[in-house]
Amino acid sequence: MKAMIIKEFRQLRRDRRTLAMMIVMPVILLVILGYAASFDVSRIPTVLAGPSARQVAALLRPPFEVVGTVPAAQAQSQLRDGHAAVAIVTGGARPVVLIDGSQLFTARAAEQALATMPARLSVRVLYNPELKTSDIMIPGIAGVILVFIGTVITSLGVVRERQSGTLEQLAVMPLRPRDVFLGKITPYFAVAAVDLAVVLAVGVAVFGVPFRGSPAVFALGALLFVFVTLGIGVLISSVSQNQGQAIQLAIMTLLPQVLLSGLIFPLSSIVAGVRWIAYLLPLTYFNEIARGVMLRAEPLTALWQPFLYLALLGAAVMTLAMLRFRSFLAPSAAAPEPDAGPGTGPDTEPVLAGTGEPS
Amino acid sequence: MKAARAARAAGISRPSDGHPPRSAWGLSGVSVRYGHHLALDGVTLRAVPGQITAVVGGDGAGKTTLLRCAAGALPPSDGRVSVPGIRQIGYLSPSGGIYPDLTVEENLSFRAAAFGLPPAQARARVAEHLDRTGLAAAHARLAGNLSGGMRKKLGVIAALLPGPALLVLDEPTTGVDPVSRADLWWLIAQAAAGGAAVLFSTTYLDEAQRAGQVLVLDAGRPLASGTAAEIVAAMPGVIRPLAARPTGQRPLAWRRAGQWRVWDPAGTPGASPALSPDLQDAVVVAALAREEARP
Repeated sequence: MKAMIIKEFRQLRRDRRTLAMMIVMPVILLVILGYAASFDVSRIPTVLAGPSARQVAALLRPPFEVVGTVPAAQAQSQLRDGHAAVAIVTGGARPVVLIDGSQLFTARAAEQALATMPARLSVRVLYNPELKTSDIMIPGIAGVILVFIGTVITSLGVVRERQSGTLEQLAVMPLRPRDVFLGKITPYFAVAAVDLAVVLAVGVAVFGVPFRGSPAVFALGALLFVFVTLGIGVLISSVSQNQGQAIQLAIMTLLPQVLLSGLIFPLSSIVAGVRWIAYLLPLTYFNEIARGVMLRAEPLTALWQPFLYLALLGAAVMTLAMLRFRSFLAPSAAAPEPDAGPGTGPDTEPVLAGTGEPS
Repeated sequence: MKAARAARAAGISRPSDGHPPRSAWGLSGVSVRYGHHLALDGVTLRAVPGQITAVVGGDGAGKTTLLRCAAGALPPSDGRVSVPGIRQIGYLSPSGGIYPDLTVEENLSFRAAAFGLPPAQARARVAEHLDRTGLAAAHARLAGNLSGGMRKKLGVIAALLPGPALLVLDEPTTGVDPVSRADLWWLIAQAAAGGAAVLFSTTYLDEAQRAGQVLVLDAGRPLASGTAAEIVAAMPGVIRPLAARPTGQRPLAWRRAGQWRVWDPAGTPGASPALSPDLQDAVVVAALAREEARP
């Protein structure tokens, strides 16, 4: 047994990434969870509408925080587009309070706070009237599944190529790095698309989750999101020597997305010092898009921010992944591409001169 | 244009499509460093069309590094490597480059498609190679389920599929049974007969003896080169048989086929008659001579 223990320690010492993960991960998780794990809602963004808006504003107390005054006709669209969680419309027999039920914890906190108010109010919960957890979780869970397929499975697929030694063979085949790259990720992309469709169908059919918005807007968001997750998968595989390392790294990207993207804990409840991490995570933006489209029928124009950030993340991640991938396939990466025209084609005779140390 | 600039920046130049074929490809004064380790040190090697060139050497001699350079898979740290266009190189990497979770046929189809072979031509070549190597019956088997010898054959067939002008094979016969070795040699000889320049590495000196040219590597440096006969002829001194293990300091002796042999560098007349050396003896002598020359 002693020999076995010594051998394991020796192997562990050489696998520094695993060792680092065993020691550093619990600390990181504790810090993140400690700051992120909060369902407490201390601020409820509220818009006011109608002739008595000013009087109501004077009466409102925290957690309600007035973020604007709008015409009565626009009150609901303020909730739909995510500008506020509560809208109070005055001018009728009694003020009407509209609550965005897609922000589950904020909606519950608003209901509790309203119950303590002396004024007689007419309360309506929109988008998720029964405040069902499944309605807000399933769009996000679809995102988690896409992260799993996109990141974990893709990273394994590429690193397997490296481990089996076939990557070197690809390097001396007349394939452009981008052909290899796109050829590698396209099947995973297709599988992720099918997965998403199945998850959504089950969510709608079995759990009764509404799909009120445009499927095209949702599909566009999902496309961008899968694009980012596949890029992260390739990036992980490019820094992993084996499948074990790839899984470790993929989990390290998966966990913060599950914990910090607003899937479980409301973003507004996460401490600002940790919340910024959420804005680097693609799932944060997919959540916004998925919930916005499915529950609130949010249009593309209202979702331009998460779309833009996803696109920027996608461009950054894919560029990095592509660069890393090209370096895999060196020196072919430096060689002219097969269809690059006369004088640079693959059927001509190259002369490789000393170019420095091989990596 | 962009690709051409990138190639030039990396020290790679390609003449136009109309460039006449070279009489040979190969390495000229090539050195390769991995960090501080010099894996190849000033190696020159020609791979001539229609000829088989063997690279021999022990473990860590630099054979794989040399072949990776020759196939264009590794840029040299120093020196020059000339290779044909990427579509004209058939390369068997140390791992074989075979996907274990694809069938024999699927592996070959992928290779043919990647090299842009027309489907009908690819099918005909695959069928011919599989038939001649006895792999036809295994065409639907997963490559991961093949025996070591069958997998090697598959790797060589895959490297041959594009009809390469330069065929680079990294230890194609290592760990292969004698019958499969014969099949592999048939394939290699066919490729050379078809005009390909064949470059292969081996640890088997009897195989190297069959090659037109031999390069013996030792610790990344050339130990001897030429035809097998030239290497044997260039061997200094003589080899004599010994009845028992020699004694004394640094005996220049080794055991072969159960018998001791000793190298006499000066070739002075001895009690026992000199043996007629072969390539194996010449390589051992070259290694001993290098050891002797070290301070």
